[in-house]
Amino acid sequence: MALSGVEIFKHLPKTNCKECGHPTCLAFAMKLAAKQANLDSCPYVSKEGKEFLSSASAPPIRPICIGHGDGSVKLGEETVLFRHEKKFVNPCALALSIDDSLPDTEILKRIDGVKTSEIERVGQKLRVEMISVGHTSSDPSRFSAVVKLIRENAPKIPLILNSKDPAAIESALPHCKGARPVIYAATKDNTEAMVKLAKENSAILGVYAEGLDALSSLTEKIKGMGLDDLVIDPGASTPRRMIEDYTMIRRSAIKKGFKPLGYPIITFTSSKDVFAESMKASIGIAKYASIIVLDSIERWKMLPLITLRQNIYTDPQVPMQVAQKIYKIGDANEKSPLLLTTNFSLTYFIVQGEVENSKVPCWLAIMDVEGLSVLTAWAAGKFTAPKIASFILESGIGDKVARKELIIPGYVSILSGALEEKLNSDWKVVVGPREANALPAFLKNRAA
Amino acid sequence: MPFVVPKENYTGRIYTVEIGTGEKAVKVGGANTLPYLGFEGEIPNPPAIAIEIQDIPAKDWPETLKKPFDGVTDDPAAWARFCEKELGVGIIALRLISTHPDYGDRKPEEAAKTVEAVLGAVSVPLIILGSEHVEKDTQVLKVVSEAAKGRNCIIGKAQEENYKTIAASAMANNHKIIAMSQLDVNLAKQMNILLMQMGFDKERILTDPMSSALGYGLEYTYSVMERIRLAAIVQNDPAMQPPLVSDIGRNVWKAKETIASESDIPEWGSVEERGITFEAVTAISMIMAGSDLLIMRHPKAIEIVKKTINELMER
Repeated sequence: MALSGVEIFKHLPKTNCKECGHPTCLAFAMKLAAKQANLDSCPYVSKEGKEFLSSASAPPIRPICIGHGDGSVKLGEETVLFRHEKKFVNPCALALSIDDSLPDTEILKRIDGVKTSEIERVGQKLRVEMISVGHTSSDPSRFSAVVKLIRENAPKIPLILNSKDPAAIESALPHCKGARPVIYAATKDNTEAMVKLAKENSAILGVYAEGLDALSSLTEKIKGMGLDDLVIDPGASTPRRMIEDYTMIRRSAIKKGFKPLGYPIITFTSSKDVFAESMKASIGIAKYASIIVLDSIERWKMLPLITLRQNIYTDPQVPMQVAQKIYKIGDANEKSPLLLTTNFSLTYFIVQGEVENSKVPCWLAIMDVEGLSVLTAWAAGKFTAPKIASFILESGIGDKVARKELIIPGYVSILSGALEEKLNSDWKVVVGPREANALPAFLKNRAA
Repeated sequence: MPFVVPKENYTGRIYTVEIGTGEKAVKVGGANTLPYLGFEGEIPNPPAIAIEIQDIPAKDWPETLKKPFDGVTDDPAAWARFCEKELGVGIIALRLISTHPDYGDRKPEEAAKTVEAVLGAVSVPLIILGSEHVEKDTQVLKVVSEAAKGRNCIIGKAQEENYKTIAASAMANNHKIIAMSQLDVNLAKQMNILLMQMGFDKERILTDPMSSALGYGLEYTYSVMERIRLAAIVQNDPAMQPPLVSDIGRNVWKAKETIASESDIPEWGSVEERGITFEAVTAISMIMAGSDLLIMRHPKAIEIVKKTINELMER
């Protein structure tokens, strides 16, 4: 929770020594509140004052980085409850659970599933980021061997060591040197041992307690022991409890500044059937979970989940854009019509969908106008005759079509004259429909 | 520092809208808290799901979607009966797609016959949807609204350009209405206000803020719905308190993700499970954002979402 200038002032020395570069302590406090100054500029602030102020200015949900190198995953730092207020900061990580009672061949198959999970969508490469190693074998040496096997085969993938037995964790940690895994989990029964292991190995500690009362007491206790890099699990196993508990956690942290719950949430969506797991994972994605551990990652299941994550974590202030190029829809050839529109992802999706609907193969020229829709781009001067003409001419599409005819959106019919002038004389401009849903009829009529 | 439940006090409540008649009538809406925050309010009715059928055979539908309706889509009444009796679906949504000038241009009277036949075949509530052709819908929905008199249906969709005639006939024949606008909080509110200004009871309106499929603008619909729900519950705005409708099936089953075969795009996996999950994930996201009534297509996707709804309603 952000402090006001006056609240900050109370914790400053109030000597007006000016050494911070500001005329008075109050002026300095105001700058601090506006985040235009740094507390380090004050040489005389007391230790208590400094502790209080730095904890008060810390982000409400602690940033946590798991793993190392280019496979590492950043979580937390969220600042809002609803995505229209401000972008959700760090997309939740998806993890596959691999149990140590599985045979090695199956384990290798599952590792491979994670390594090949990448899907490209609207220019982003998206994938399953983590592996959670489960410990049902009750043999710490087996657990350690499986962790070793995974580390050897997937050295970049951050791990969750999922066992409440400190002995198992201890036996596996030597394989995770410098790899910042998550130890899952500390409970009220193993706190001291797990905290010690997490500290000694600079690992992230997962904290599990049933319910938010017990969970907050446990994280406070652990913080008191000097460990603050935590992820938390209140044991919400049903969809309803996930929504309620995770909302309470996010709200407590962001609106009340309640530190004991200001950590990323980890959830296990294990379910009776694979479809039910998709539903729980969706709820986790929409409602504030930061790590979602799945029982299985079939490709058909991950496409919708990864798409949902992309949608939820899109910046609401920055329109999603598709790349500028001439897209081929269906078996377009030299006789196929050429249509033009802008690179706002929704515009592209709708136009592309309607063209596909029409079953008429087409060339779809998508022009980069910084993700604006047709009318907005035109109004903003980004979708003008000279700009369109240079895009079309430079694209080289003129060599691929027999009839040099460009169909433009009906909303910018006003451009047709100027555009014809700017394009070379052998081009013709045709005004298409205003709305995409009229495209199938329009294209079919032309084809007839 | 002990944990204190961060409860908020709200003053708003979503209207409860009842559709259909007799034992099979369904209530939607009624919550006085944000979606599924049962610790600070009541959620008296689960989100309802309607299954979509249409007045022409499902020839254009993807294979995954045709399969469960094999042999019943030639006759809308048989199709509707199949949905009620065999699938156990609680609400039917009949889309009169063939009235669209580009898809058959059937006359309002023909559409009315279809509506009568469907109503004769089922006892569950019916949602009657036009083809969303602005001019044609005014003619069609007026006539079918009369044909469905006494059955307390939902008629849709009324848009800014055509709401007057549609609303007048829905009102005269005692139906509920879907007010549709295009992905904008203020337009959604304005549409509700326009209906209220012509005397349409605000507690008989359902708001469709324009649905989208997962991956195809879902984030816009999601946030518009969250904002409408916040205005209704937190700010107690009576023009934002009608239940929300999500008409997702037709968007989902148009997306490449639900149609492309595994041999075309191997990295997307099995097309059947993929399509079903795509629709179910779209539905559950809309439910998170506040949807009270969903219009869906695949019976298996409906079944999956219903199971999750049951769990959402359990405390």
